[in-house]
Amino acid sequence: MADPNPLLYATLLVPVAWVAIGLLGLVRGRSVLWVGRTLFPLGALAGLALGLVALASLGAPTESLTLPLGLAQLAFHIRLDALARFFLLLIGFTSTGIGVFSAGYFRAGEGTAPGLLCLQYHVFLASMAVVVIADDAYLFLVAWETMALSSYFLVTTQHRLPEIRRAGFIYLLIAHLGAIGILLCFGVMQAGNWQFTFDAMRAAQLTPVWASTAFFLALFGFGAKAGLVPLHVWLPEAHPAAPSPVSALMSGVMLEIAVYGVLRVTFDLLHVQLWWWGLVTLGLGLFTSLFGAVFAAVQTDMKRLLAYSSIENIGILFLGVGLSIIFHAFHMSLLAALALAATLYHCLNHALSKSLLFLSTGSVLHATRERSLGKLGGLIHRMPWVAWLALVGTLAIAGLPPLNGFVSEWLLLQAFLFTPDLPHSYVNMLLPMGAAALALVAALAAYVMVKFYGVIFLGQPRERAAREAQDCGRLERIGLLWLAAGCVLLGIFPVPLLALLNNVSRGLLGASLGTQLQHWWLLTPIAPERASYSPVVFMLSTVVLVAAVVLGVRLFYHGRIRKAAPWGCGFPLLTPRMQDTAEGFGQPIRQIFEPFFRIQRALPSPFDTSPHYRVRVEDHFWYALYAPIAGLVRRISSLAGAVQQGRISVYLLYSFLTLIALLAFVL
Amino acid sequence: MTTPAFSSQLINLCAALLLLLSFAMLSQRRVLTLVDLFAMQGGTLFISIIVVAWSTGQPHLYYSAALTLILKVILLPLILHRLIRRLGAQWESETLLNTPTTMLVGLLLVIFAFTLAQPISQLANTVTRGTLGIALAVVMLSFLMMITRRKAVTQVIGFLAMENGLFFAATSATYGMPMVVELGVALDVLVSMVILGIFFFHIREQFDSLDLHNMESLKED
Repeated sequence: MADPNPLLYATLLVPVAWVAIGLLGLVRGRSVLWVGRTLFPLGALAGLALGLVALASLGAPTESLTLPLGLAQLAFHIRLDALARFFLLLIGFTSTGIGVFSAGYFRAGEGTAPGLLCLQYHVFLASMAVVVIADDAYLFLVAWETMALSSYFLVTTQHRLPEIRRAGFIYLLIAHLGAIGILLCFGVMQAGNWQFTFDAMRAAQLTPVWASTAFFLALFGFGAKAGLVPLHVWLPEAHPAAPSPVSALMSGVMLEIAVYGVLRVTFDLLHVQLWWWGLVTLGLGLFTSLFGAVFAAVQTDMKRLLAYSSIENIGILFLGVGLSIIFHAFHMSLLAALALAATLYHCLNHALSKSLLFLSTGSVLHATRERSLGKLGGLIHRMPWVAWLALVGTLAIAGLPPLNGFVSEWLLLQAFLFTPDLPHSYVNMLLPMGAAALALVAALAAYVMVKFYGVIFLGQPRERAAREAQDCGRLERIGLLWLAAGCVLLGIFPVPLLALLNNVSRGLLGASLGTQLQHWWLLTPIAPERASYSPVVFMLSTVVLVAAVVLGVRLFYHGRIRKAAPWGCGFPLLTPRMQDTAEGFGQPIRQIFEPFFRIQRALPSPFDTSPHYRVRVEDHFWYALYAPIAGLVRRISSLAGAVQQGRISVYLLYSFLTLIALLAFVL
Repeated sequence: MTTPAFSSQLINLCAALLLLLSFAMLSQRRVLTLVDLFAMQGGTLFISIIVVAWSTGQPHLYYSAALTLILKVILLPLILHRLIRRLGAQWESETLLNTPTTMLVGLLLVIFAFTLAQPISQLANTVTRGTLGIALAVVMLSFLMMITRRKAVTQVIGFLAMENGLFFAATSATYGMPMVVELGVALDVLVSMVILGIFFFHIREQFDSLDLHNMESLKED
């Protein structure tokens, strides 16, 4: 097996290295110097290597390898194609930033010992990389379950708190439900051959009914991991519970791995794609994104807010996948490639910017010990590094040019604008409304981000902890800077990355945006006369405009500024409590989208001397879907529990009756 | 050598006695008498096996007869007697079902066992085939006794009686099980007797009583 390409082995080496680093963490598990300053940076370096290798080999031909591992009849197969390499790139570059940040973040004495945490963290990374390169159902599921378990332990780092154990349990429960879906999906796709390699599944011919079954099982399974409504309930619980780098990794990387799973099954393993799958996926994605955005707007816990924002972004990703399926099924390859490229681009964007934001909440959390938005504020003065870098992340997530979020959402909207050309009479009328909904979601996301940034970093500190906050350490700054730089670079130079993404779409759809990407500075997705976008020009003109305004103000108004107390009309002083709160900022959304929520409010009476205002916003899915199921399970198990009497005679009676029944049956 | 007709009459008599003794055990509430009844059941079993062995000329049945005699007529009743005296468990507290109802259920079981055994005994070609129904009935009645009684000792007696029924079924249907199996079963019975004896003491130590009713508190809620 003299493989000429050393990059394949280099790729394989990284997960091995991660596991080794994790195991080394056990050696001197309590030493922050060893684990934090040595191992985590090493892990980050391995991530960087993985990213670079994947970047360098993105255009290389597909390679596969059978490992001498696994069970007797089920050897481990791995395969590197453009899709896998793209996701390796995502894992590598994102984990670089998160790893460097974690090096400064994890400290002794917070729940799980640092060494064990290091092992769980690196096993989590390695399992995600293996999920992506796996080429048979066996290895895939082993890695998938490793991913779920290691992340469960990471979520329950502070396992002494009961609510964190509960959050972990919900996460694990839904992760396992999803794994069952995936397992069944593979079972359907092997089509009776009992061959569990992906190659056999590619060759299998399924009837439309079975293909649809496989697709929806996959959608269920991967959707559970991604947080597709109504399987989203674990996200707002698990993300606040987990340490911030873990939230970053789960939200920024693991959710995208779920999208990878859907893409792999739909476009690679299934030989046929039906258009109505795309319609269902698109509808679910649209609803998920709207749901996530609306709920994010009313949150008062910064990590919950980001968790809902992740749900929104996952919705957008699934929407892109759905759109791509629809175009592909109607043989509009170029548009399918456009939608796919937008989806993948958004994956990378979300990975970078959401990790950035989660990490910055981690810094805020360390500095102030507060997660509640109502107690923060004004941190831009005390924590300028975190504040400015988080600003990049918020702008990117909000989808503002010239940052990366804008590129992918714009591409997706461009793809949407071609839906009237679809050769199906209802679909081509309905889908353009989806474009409007997507625009609404984008606007709501921007609203959410204004709230997130404004309440945490702007204004005045609301509590003492926020007044005395310290900026983050050097390693944390590097980590944040790395991710922020990624956001900016992807925003300003989208064309080179899209050219790389062509490899993926060529592999999956047989079509690419090849001719549309001639100029590195100008993005023209379909045709120059329809739409084009040049981030460089945009940024330059923005910079010039801002500079001109600043200069103009300086020139014409300099020295003529009259300084006076702000809002001096009757207020003797301005206290932090006069600022807009998180609840107040979200209130219009709560009014407009009232049917989405389940609100409990306790208003104080006018004569209350120490008034308290309390509002609880929950989502209907918990009470309408999960609670009845949980109740049903409880009822059934209490019925089954009644069988257990604790009386020997009764147990004897059971076996006696069984015997009689069996004998009567034989009779 | 007796005539087949005579020996089969004899075996049928034994079978009827076994059934009668089973009913007697089912209704008996004095534990020591119960042990005596069990010993008598063992004796009847012993006689029936001897008769079968004699009439069919199967030598290995003599061994199993001897085994029955030693174990079930002499050894186990002795052990049980000693156990009961030492534990002071002469009286059975009230049964779960009252005696007439238990008898009625027992009757139904006997009818069921007979219907069940009919097709099998038509297939068999042994002299003892008519008694298979009775053997099954003895097994079921012993099982019923285990269900209706509360004391650990009576449950053990029920268990042993059930084993008697099985033995009888084996001899009547196929002239006995292979010797290895019989030896194994005999050993099992002995060992289980020892283990259960130890358990009796533990149960009494724990609850100051041999009433299994107390074990309900072990159930986890």
